[in-house]
Amino acid sequence: MTSLTHLISSWSVVIAITLIVVAMVLAFIRLVIGPSLPDRIVALDLITYLAVAFMGVFAVLSGHSAFLDVAIALALLGFLATVAFARYVERSRARTSISEDRDD
Amino acid sequence: MIDLLGEQPVTDVLTALLLLAGAAFTFIAGLGVLRLPDIMIRMHASTKAGTLGTGLILLAVAVSYGSLSEASRAIAAIIFLLITAPVAAHMIGRAAYRSGVPLWDRTVIDEFKDRRPLPPPEDGTGVHLPDPSAAKTPDPVPKSPS
Repeated sequence: MTSLTHLISSWSVVIAITLIVVAMVLAFIRLVIGPSLPDRIVALDLITYLAVAFMGVFAVLSGHSAFLDVAIALALLGFLATVAFARYVERSRARTSISEDRDD
Repeated sequence: MIDLLGEQPVTDVLTALLLLAGAAFTFIAGLGVLRLPDIMIRMHASTKAGTLGTGLILLAVAVSYGSLSEASRAIAAIIFLLITAPVAAHMIGRAAYRSGVPLWDRTVIDEFKDRRPLPPPEDGTGVHLPDPSAAKTPDPVPKSPS
């Protein structure tokens, strides 16, 4: 195994984790500021995808394939959460009284 | 730092390239969700770039392990993402459009503009507050029985 290959392998994992964490921070900023409730749902959906990607990178980094199962379960959970939030938004529109879901 | 597969530099380089491409796409997705002006345009970044980046990273996992068990699990995860991501994005988009979230002011066409249930709120929050004028507009969504 050449040293150049080893260098590429090790630094690619570091760069990938850095980019995913930065993207997660950006999505979290949108989750905090994002003016309407569906904006926050989109940000939360993206955060779930980024967590799945992070688990994939961590499965490569650690060598434990159990993190792949974690990624699959997280993807399933994120899909169910997104569907539930979308149903909540559509149903709360039809109601007459809206609960306070904002902090500002 | 790590030793991915030791004796297979081609697999290592392919894993590294897939990881970098996937991480770049996920970064673009996060940047787009933060920076784009409208929820529909933000969903372009979140759904397409996010799904592609996550799928590339899971493909990197499949290439990295190389055994049938882990590769089949990674491929199954990719297929699951490709099936569920459009469904989730469609549900969010429909809920956002029907709940009266304001579109971008440079939006070219909005074909259901006269049938949207609520006008854009004046405070710019986009939250569907109860409005007495909304009772007169036609309602494309049937009321829930509860």
